[in-house]
Amino acid sequence: MIVFTLNGIGQRLDVDPTLRALDVLREHCGLTGPKEGCGTGECGACAIWMDGVTRLSCLTLAGQLHGRAVTTIEGLADSWDENEATDTTDQPPLHPVQTALAERGGVQCGYCTPGMTMVAAELLRREPNPDRAAIREAVSGNLCRCTGYHKIVDSIEDAAETMRKKR
Amino acid sequence: MQDIGRRSRRFDALDKARGTEQFATDIYPPDMLWAGALRAGVPHGIIRRIETARAEKVEGVVAVLTRKDVPGTNRQGFVYWDMPVLCGTRVRHAGDAVALVLAESRRALAEALRAIEMEIEPLPVVDTLDAALADDAPNIHGLDTGNVLKAATIAKGDAEAGLAECDVVVEETFYTPAQEHAFIETENGVARIDDDGTLHMTVSTQAPFRDRFEIGRALGLDPSRIHVTGPYLGGGFGGKDGATVQCLLALAAMHAKGRPVKMWWNREESMLAGYKRHAARMRFTAGAKRDGTLHAVRCELDYDTGAYAHLGVEIMALGMEHSGGPYRLPHLEAKGRCVYTNNPVAGAFRGFGVAQVSFAFEGMMDRLAHALGMDPLKFRLRNAITRGERNCAGVTMTTSTGMEECLLRLRDHPHWKSREAWRADAPPFTRRAVGVAAVFNGMGYGRGLADYAVAKVRLTGSGRIRVYNGVSDMGQGNASTFVQMAGEILCQPESVMELVQPDTDRTHPSGSAAAGRTTYTYGKALIKACETLRDKLFNRAALMLFVDDGSGFAMIPGGVRHLPTGRDLPLAALAAMMHPDDRISMAEHLMPVTPEPVRGGEAFTLGFPHLLFPYAAHLARIEVDELTGRVAVLDYVAFTDGGRVLNPQNFEQQVHGSVAQGLGYALTEDVLTEAGVLRSTDLCTYVIPTSLDLPDIESHAVETIEHTGPFGMKGIGEVGLNGPLPAVASALYSAGLPMTRAPFTFGRVLAALEDDQPGTGSEAAS
Repeated sequence: MIVFTLNGIGQRLDVDPTLRALDVLREHCGLTGPKEGCGTGECGACAIWMDGVTRLSCLTLAGQLHGRAVTTIEGLADSWDENEATDTTDQPPLHPVQTALAERGGVQCGYCTPGMTMVAAELLRREPNPDRAAIREAVSGNLCRCTGYHKIVDSIEDAAETMRKKR
Repeated sequence: MQDIGRRSRRFDALDKARGTEQFATDIYPPDMLWAGALRAGVPHGIIRRIETARAEKVEGVVAVLTRKDVPGTNRQGFVYWDMPVLCGTRVRHAGDAVALVLAESRRALAEALRAIEMEIEPLPVVDTLDAALADDAPNIHGLDTGNVLKAATIAKGDAEAGLAECDVVVEETFYTPAQEHAFIETENGVARIDDDGTLHMTVSTQAPFRDRFEIGRALGLDPSRIHVTGPYLGGGFGGKDGATVQCLLALAAMHAKGRPVKMWWNREESMLAGYKRHAARMRFTAGAKRDGTLHAVRCELDYDTGAYAHLGVEIMALGMEHSGGPYRLPHLEAKGRCVYTNNPVAGAFRGFGVAQVSFAFEGMMDRLAHALGMDPLKFRLRNAITRGERNCAGVTMTTSTGMEECLLRLRDHPHWKSREAWRADAPPFTRRAVGVAAVFNGMGYGRGLADYAVAKVRLTGSGRIRVYNGVSDMGQGNASTFVQMAGEILCQPESVMELVQPDTDRTHPSGSAAAGRTTYTYGKALIKACETLRDKLFNRAALMLFVDDGSGFAMIPGGVRHLPTGRDLPLAALAAMMHPDDRISMAEHLMPVTPEPVRGGEAFTLGFPHLLFPYAAHLARIEVDELTGRVAVLDYVAFTDGGRVLNPQNFEQQVHGSVAQGLGYALTEDVLTEAGVLRSTDLCTYVIPTSLDLPDIESHAVETIEHTGPFGMKGIGEVGLNGPLPAVASALYSAGLPMTRAPFTFGRVLAALEDDQPGTGSEAAS
């Protein structure tokens, strides 16, 4: 039995612990936000947080989730405390990185977006004021074939500013 | 309101940012099976034995299928039907599928694939153009023409006589590699055959409507009983135009007893069996007059289409059509050969045949400018094609032609004006240089294949506007632009709009997401459909408000207004009064083609020539590390004529993305094979640019008005890819490093540096 917290909700899963965490999240937990682009840790599309730290779920075994707090793109907005106070729309809340990627054109096909978002959000938690070079460094393990990264970097800069203002 | 011309968030962006957009990969139907193919692993051979008994006994295996289980023609392809679904006797490349397994789990699938015993008697491998063209080459498809699938020559003027009239003539041979699409979402889909025998498939595809016919022909199924839905793709770039998983998945569904089947190629399989950009060899001779007039080009283009045709002939045709560059060239002779080898299959890829020749014709422009002692930008400007002139293939440019304006704008850019100072400021052991390129890319299918679309828009019962998109959105944002267009004409905000993605039951055949035609053709149809709906709403509103006719009405957000009386009617009220059939409008559009013949063009039954072209002028500032041979692109600027810009954000996205792929093509991307066997099998050995490898990309629109296009636009999805390779090459050339083989790897640049001894080639820099 694998016992862990998934986006704030307790889970008890009776699955083979040698399955990939990515497959367990997608197929057993129904969370298809984390994507598979390579299965070998090269593209970053499957990035999740384990205890708040980015991990590639394609290189993580289900058993390694045991006892951990796991966050996926689906739970990212709730992990950002400010949302409770600021959310006034009928839409589900968004993390500032999600908002910025959408507004600033950082999303094209959208397949790398969940992984990119998790990595960027972790960066901004650690470093509220990164410059473009630091942003490029942070997302360098996340491959995107559509954007050329320019607008992704713009978006993350924008999100950083939003988050600084709200602090 | 998402008005035309306004920088606005894409309609699809929020769901994608939330991670809730459902791609084909995200569908796991209950009770589903997994399907997977066994690949040949050898590039050329005769299958002597396939033994499936052991695989069938693996626990969880439902079926193991081979060639004998394939009904129909077993032939895939959409111009030439030469690619088997499952190989029977002959294997023509290492990625050929020879068996198909259905299993309850991925593990059972993998075990069963390993348990299939296969003996393939190897045949001599044809792994290069020269090997394929040799007199004694093994004949891969048994054609009378050997391994030449198609040879053709097009001509304008008299290249031979023209070259004789030139004051300077240069010759060079250029080579470009096969390029991998490397979309992050690999090829995949799910399929099921329902109780009445209809095949339902949801697949990552650029051509859902054409897929029905490809599946039907290959497997002997009635296309009208094949239902394909095409959700948003996680990237396509041409690599999902034509069957990938479709026929294998359909075959699997036929043996699944009504259960759903999922097939999802992993990265290695995607690289092995997926399509590539054609590798090419391009022999060029070009000449100019002393006054800087480009006068004649003669070229021989050889495209390696790999084991199967895909769209190889059409790709070669575009290469030939563009081989003289975006210039007023009086004399051109272009010979093309599309050649079979045992290399991975080449197919459609953004820049469709043109990315290759752009390297060559722009390389010739640099060499001619140097021979003439002319500034390379001035030389391009002097010869840039303008409206009303015949292009290099002989077609009169009756449509928007912004080449010259792009170059003029680039000439005024600070990076160009400061190039000498910047170059002189190079750090130790570093060369700096600035390169330019002028490129273009034919838009639409060209002659012989109707480039048409059928748009449908509906006022829903609850008063919302629903657009039925018939052309796949692989990430380029056409679906969002369709919502924007409908919103513009019907004056409705995004919150009132709904979108249906391609579905062969609900939307209408509108061609493939390809050829820079997606937004153009469907957009034109959609505008008409929306105008018809609008007029209908006015007339129905007139009935409801007891006024004479619909002439005094205007659309307002959420409704219509009768201007003379100031009365408003909400859309929901109008919808309630209208029959569901009456709330639908449909319209079609056919892209215009040129009636002007090109000499030799009759060799191509479809896809040639083109009438509409977007243009671009690119600039690259580079640094070359003299110790390692590393080329770093520090700044990149693109001026693009795509007609009128409908959403600047989306426009920039297309430019950025195509430049990024083009820089990968210039610097690192190379599908490596050894005797036909793939060596670049993952994203470590096939290197696409990361965020650290690319500079910020400056994009400027040069807005012409394309009068035939929706709101004056034309498609720019492809043209941006053609610029980076020649722009970087142009910079290297000006740094004394003439490159003829892409990509410009450390090793190749080091070799060029070694060749560039003082007093030899380095004058090119001055």
